[in-house]
Order: sequence, then structure tokens, then C-alpha cells
Amino acid sequence: MTFTQEVRADPVRPAGLGPVGWLRWAWRLLTSMRTALILLFLFALASVPGSIYPQRSISPEKVAQYFKDSPGAAKWLDRLGLFDVFTSPWFAATYLLLFLSLAGCVIPRAAAHLREVRRTPPAAPRNLSRLPQHASFEAPGATVEAIVAQLRKKRFRTVTGPGWVSAEKGYLRETGNLLFHVALLALLVAVGAGGLYGYRGNVLLVEGNGFANTVAAYDRYIPGQNVSAESLEPFSFTLSDFQATYVATGDRRGQPLDFSAKLMVTDRPGGRERPYDLRVNEPLDVNGTQTYLIGHGYAPSFKVLDGKGQVAFEGAVPCLTADQMTYTSECVIKVPDAVPDQLGFLVRFLPTTVPAQDGSYVSVFPGAANPTAQVFAFSGDLGMKSGQPQSVYQLDTKKLKPLVMGLNTKPLGVGETLPLPGGAGSIQLTGVREWISLQIAYDPGRIPALLAAGLSVLGLVLSLTVRRRRVWARVKEGEGATEVEVGGLTRTEGGPGFAEEFSQIVTALRGPEAGDAASRQGVKDAH
Amino acid sequence: MPTDVNSGLATLSDQLILATVLLYVLAMIGYALDLGFGRARAAAPARELVPAGVGVAGDAQTADAQTADAQTADAQTADARTGGAGTGSTGPGDGTRTPPAWAARAGTLAIALSCLGWATNLGAIITRGFAVGRWPWGNMYEFVVAICFAAVTAFLVMQARQPVRFLGAFVSVAAALGLGFAVRYLHVQAGPVVPALNSYWIAIHVTAAIFASGLFIVAGVSGILFLARKDGPSRLPGRDDLERVAHQAIVIAFPIWTFAVIAGALWADKAWGRYWGWDPKEVWAFITWIAYAAYLHARATAGWRGRAAVIVQLIAFGCLLFNLIGVNIFLSGLHSYAQVP
Ligand code: HEM
Repeated sequence: MTFTQEVRADPVRPAGLGPVGWLRWAWRLLTSMRTALILLFLFALASVPGSIYPQRSISPEKVAQYFKDSPGAAKWLDRLGLFDVFTSPWFAATYLLLFLSLAGCVIPRAAAHLREVRRTPPAAPRNLSRLPQHASFEAPGATVEAIVAQLRKKRFRTVTGPGWVSAEKGYLRETGNLLFHVALLALLVAVGAGGLYGYRGNVLLVEGNGFANTVAAYDRYIPGQNVSAESLEPFSFTLSDFQATYVATGDRRGQPLDFSAKLMVTDRPGGRERPYDLRVNEPLDVNGTQTYLIGHGYAPSFKVLDGKGQVAFEGAVPCLTADQMTYTSECVIKVPDAVPDQLGFLVRFLPTTVPAQDGSYVSVFPGAANPTAQVFAFSGDLGMKSGQPQSVYQLDTKKLKPLVMGLNTKPLGVGETLPLPGGAGSIQLTGVREWISLQIAYDPGRIPALLAAGLSVLGLVLSLTVRRRRVWARVKEGEGATEVEVGGLTRTEGGPGFAEEFSQIVTALRGPEAGDAASRQGVKDAH
Repeated sequence: MPTDVNSGLATLSDQLILATVLLYVLAMIGYALDLGFGRARAAAPARELVPAGVGVAGDAQTADAQTADAQTADAQTADARTGGAGTGSTGPGDGTRTPPAWAARAGTLAIALSCLGWATNLGAIITRGFAVGRWPWGNMYEFVVAICFAAVTAFLVMQARQPVRFLGAFVSVAAALGLGFAVRYLHVQAGPVVPALNSYWIAIHVTAAIFASGLFIVAGVSGILFLARKDGPSRLPGRDDLERVAHQAIVIAFPIWTFAVIAGALWADKAWGRYWGWDPKEVWAFITWIAYAAYLHARATAGWRGRAAVIVQLIAFGCLLFNLIGVNIFLSGLHSYAQVP
């Protein structure tokens, strides 16, 4: 391979050169093949910790857990960026160096390849019988022109001299190889651009509620550096219904089978509403902004009356799923408007309730076949005025007065009301709804990245399957007879395929009539 | 999506797997007899100029057969020479003796047994697929069964094109052990999969990964043999033959693996809302890819041959195995619902 010859020797360190010399030396070093190999290994090595330690971008809750479990180690890991491997400076450094090295290698190679493609095949060597593939035969009337015509038919590039033909084919190998490496560069650019110009966000939506794609509507919003709030695609939708189906019998009882969220989508303000069935592998696409269904849970609805008999709270409460197999869920209701005392509730929601042996109640199935709620009620100051932000999923019960502890009492069914002791009010389970969590993502690099990836596979296949091969022929006019000598060479290692191709070429050159003419042939094994 | 499982077919599939293990073990014995009592080979069989009528025959098939003939003849010449010289060949089939005829027959029988095992392996996969009404690679058990199948397929296809029978014993052992491990430790009852796996992408992404893995396994086996083979005459083929077989398998497998990774990204884009998220499985697929690319570079551009290249290849193979097995067991991530019991 021509390019193999271009591999530069390790540059000798320039002694007493100016800054330009040093730069040139650094550039040479960076773009040498050995550096590229080392960088490839480093790049692979650098991503290993990302698979071992929890990553903030993927599972922030696990990182928090790590900090709780071993704060000392976590502090150091965090300093080294091991919880943000893929955004850490040292990962970016390997990435950039590899990028530079690749660019520095590929661009000069592309130029060299262009020259190469335009160059003609080299003249025939003197002794064709020394070549790995070789044959000679008598062919009365054979001419250089006829041979050229045959080889051209086989799409060889040819050049002729007095009594000889030189032919070459398989330039697609280098073209493919270059295509592959350039496509890799393009892929890196596309991924980078997608990060800068795209955004991602999460939102939780209860059945019956709507979402409009604005920054304020997200529960979590992660924009790229170059995204402005106005550039968000202005679509909106409401969730009319969510359905989950589960395996009902057998030892896989409870395993989810299918999730389906019925949306009514408005593509732009004032546009017509259209229904969309959002499923796990079928995201909603509005002009390149994708909405994915990534989770679901229960949102039972409650009505809370306070001590004065007034409705202090009414609505659906999204609950955290505590157990994936049974969808036992934990909910928190805070009722700051209740008088005389504020009320707080911890609720265990059981989608399919059965009484257990020990008098408690458990859920045995994720579907809502017999939904009930176990209520733990508290009264007192919820501490919401202190200005400290609180999680809606947590209730600090330390300073509250317990009113009802419902673990072993019969849980509330839908429509049932639990009066609170001491005339503090009542709570009613009014219905069961479900929530879904959505990820909404816009990534302008998606399609370019896909194109680049596709091209890289194409280039790879060409680069690894096409072989560069040369064939020479010499026509010798003897006394009364014409002898043709043919030699062939491939510079690509691989299977025995070239011997076969060579024999076909020879057969074609001899022509159909020369079937049993006396011939001498020698084939050396290609190795 | 069908939820009910055809338990008759599922049981048949389990029985076919047991039959497959048995056939692979028998095949392995056949290959081992051939290898142990058959002809020994020279350290580096010198290639002779074999007068074969290549070129007289126009059509590719004949030419192919003749090339194969030429190689066999070649090997025989080399063997004859070793035998004649009697240079310290080891093992019971001492190089000075002519090998017993049954040894070669054992080898042929082993190929037949492999083919039979291949067929029952395929049968087990198909019946499992029909039993559950979906693509039969939704969990670790099914995945490992399919990879063993792919490895044997890769071996048989290569064997059909050039003599690599020496690999048979080792590929059979690997496949039998893999299946045994799957049956003993990974088996889960046939059943439906979670919604994220319920996509046509499983057919594309996982199938590509399985076939690339099968080829990488053949290459890995050759690499291990390369390191195990001492210099001097041996029953194993020459080192450069082993290296060539490994290289060929990787050259085919690498683009397939690249495709598998890209298909995985496309699927992740549909199912999880991003095409690349550095999930542990993705990280290790990427590392594996880089490592095999490094192997190709080490050979093509840095000109590494022999031991160094083989070691790079085996590092890459280790990454592949870790990704197939280790990641599912040790690291949790989105891919971990591949159900390990
Ligand atoms: C710093 C970056 C890189 C440089 C300087 C570089 C350079 C080269 C060169 C000079 C060749 C020529 C081989 C030949 O024509 O025989 C080559 C081949 C190849 N490169 Fe790279 N490359 C780089 C990165 C990569 C990366 C990141 C990958 C993929 C992971 C890759 C995959 C390949 C493959 C598969 C071949 C073909 C090997 C063969 O012909 O057998 N390269 N590379």
C-alpha cells in the first residue's frame, strides 16, 4: 500500500530550532501512526471509568448515593471528574488530540490519493515469471491492443509500451479507506454540533393534563451552549389516556408487555389537533424534536377537607414507584391551606391490593385491579414558609403530629373517605390516574451523524474487501509463433481469491479458441 | 404482542440444545483424534511450486477446488518431508509413523457431527422463536445460544472455503462450554420481553452483533492457539496460518460490528431518546470497536506481525467477552434487562 510507505518515522527532536520548528515537530509527532495508535488506546481506556462509576448525566441519584455511602472517596472521584467522565477535560483532551491526529493524517493522505489515482500504472518488470502469479501461452496473432481491450473490459486501468501492457485496478480500496476516516471526522463534528445546538428535557405528565414546549414547562431542562429559549419548537399536546399491559399469569406475572400513551398533538399554535399513539419504540417527532415515553406511574387523586369542612386540596398526586414488580407507590400530599392546622399525608398506593397473612396489605400486581391507598396523616407546621426549597416527593414528619398511621388498617378504596381524628378534617380517594415521564430532545446532529456513520461503513467495506492488483503482459514474437507472458501481483493480504481472478484473466486473454493449445504455466502460491 | 408461550415448542427447544451440546462434544472428540493421531505439520510449511492447472479451467468453482487441492498437496509435501526427516515431532502420532487411517476419518466424521450440531442449534433457536412469537434473542440465555451458533457457523463457512479443520476441536469446545454455561446458569423459561426490546431493531442490531461475535470468537481461538503453539513441528498449523485465519475473520467481522454498533445507536435513538448515552454496554461496545481498529492499524500501518499483533487482538477479544457477559452481570445500565437469572 502506498500509504504504508508514507508512515513517517518518529521525528527526531529538533535541537536548537525556533518555535516554528518545535511546532512542526509536535505536529509530526501528533500525526504519526504510533501516536494515533496510542491515542486510540487512550481513548478506549479513558471511557472505562465511565462504565464503572455512576455518571451524573445518566443517573444523578446514584451519584448522590455514592456521596452518601463513601463521602471521602466520592470527593476525590469527583475532583478527578470520574462522575462526569464524558464531559471531563481529560476526556475532551484525548478526544481533541485524536481528532487532530486523524485530521492531520487524513487530509494529506487525501491529496496524495488524488495524485495516485491520476498516475498511470508502473511499467512491466523485466522478468514476469518472478511474480507470484505467472502464466505464458502461445497465441498466434496476439497483439498489445487486443490485450488492452480485454483488460479494459475487466475495468483495469492500462498503459502500454513496446510489446508490453501494464494494468492496475482496485483504487477503490484507498478511496474507501479515506472515506472511512473522513466519515469518522464528520461523525465527531456532528456529535459535537448536536451537543452545542441541541437540548434535552424531562417532564412528567398526568392523564388529562397538557404540555407546551417551553423552557418553563420542563421539570429538568438541559440546553446546549448555543440554544436560545425562543428556538424551541412550539408544539403542545395533552395526554388523554395511558395504558400499560402486563403478563397476567405464569411465572412472569407482572412483567410489562406494552405501554401506550394517547396524545392529542398540536404541531404549532393554532394548528389542528391530531391524535398520536406514543409507545416505547415509537417517539413523537415534530419537525425534528422528538418526544419519548420513558417511564410511568400512578397518580391517585384525592380530596382533602380541612377542620372547617372546606376543600383544602383536590387533585391527582403523582407517586414514586417503590417497587417495579407490584407498582406499590409512595405519595406525598401537602395541604398548606388547611385550617386550623396544616395537613400532610404520606400515602402508600397499592394498585392491586390483597390482605397479607400478618394483617397488613400488599400489592401483588402492577395493574390497577383493586387500587387502594394507605394513609398516614400528620398535622402541624409543614415548614413551607421558611423559604427553603422542598421536594414534592418528601415530607419531613419530625416536627409534625401523627394523626393516622394506616399500615394495618383497611386501606381506602376509590370513593371511600377517611375522617381524621380530632375533627382535623377528612381525606377521600376520588380516583386513580396514571402519569408518564417524557424525554423531549432536539439534536440537529442526529441525521448528519447517521449519514457519516453510514458512509463510514461503506468506506470500511470497500477498504477491507477491495484489493489493489496489477497485471502485466508481454507479447514476444518468436519464429513463427507468438508467445504471451502474463504476470500478476496483489499487495493486499487476503484469501486465495487473486489466484482465481488471475486465472480468469489469463483465460480471457487466451481467447475462446485456445482451449487446448500447448501451454506452460506456473503458479506460485501467493504467500 | 403475543403473550402466551407454546410450551411444547419451548421444551423441544430446550431438548434440542442438549442434543447440540452432545453433538459438539462428540465432534470435539473427533477433531481431537484427528489432531492428535493425524499428520503432524512442519513449523513453517515451505510452499512448493505446485504444478496445478489453474488457468486452464475457466470457471471459478473448478479453480477454487483446484486451489484447495493445491494447498492440500502443499501441506502433504511438507508433512512428508517432516515425516521423512523425523525431526522430533511430539505426541502419540509420532511424525515418523504414518498416521492411522481412522484418524483422518475421525476428522471427517467430526465435520459431519458439527454440521448436525449446527442444525440442531439452529432448530433450537427457531423453535424458541416460534414458542415465544418474537425474535429469539431477548435475554442472556438466548443471546449466548445464538453466539455459539454463530461461532460454529463462522467455522463451518471458513472450513468450506479453506482447510481450517484444526480449529474444529477448539471452536467445538468453546461452543459446547458456552451452551453448557447458558443451560446451567443463564436459562430462563421462554417468555415475552419488556416493551423496549419489542422492536424490529432487535432483529437488525442483535443479529449483526451475534454474527460479528461468532467471527471474533473464531479469531480469538486462532489467537490463543498462536500463543500456545511452540516453535518447531507441531500438530497445529504454522503460526502464520493461524495469524492469517484470525486476520481474515476480523476483516469480515469488523465492518459487521461497526454496523451493529450503529444499528444499536439507531435503536437507542428510538427507544431511549438519544443515540449515544455512554451506557456501560455502549461504552464497552465502543472500547471493543476501538481495540479491533487498533489491531487492524497495528497490522496495516504499523506493520506489526506475530506476537504483538496477536496480543492486541486478544485484548480486543477480552473486551468483547467482557461486553457480552461481564457488563450484564457486573455493571448496571439500561441494557441490564437482558435478564440474568
Ligand atoms: C488518529 C487517527 C487515525 C489515523 C492517523 C489513521 C490512519 C490510518 C492509515 C494510514 C491507514 C491505512 C491503512 C492502509 O491503507 O493499509 C488506516 C487504515 C484503517 N483505519 Fe485508521 N487512522 C486513524 C483513526 C482510525 C480510527 C479511529 C479507526 C476506527 C476505529 C480507524 C480504522 C481504520 C481501519 C479499519 C483501517 C483499515 C485497515 C486495513 O486496511 O486493514 N482509523 N488508518
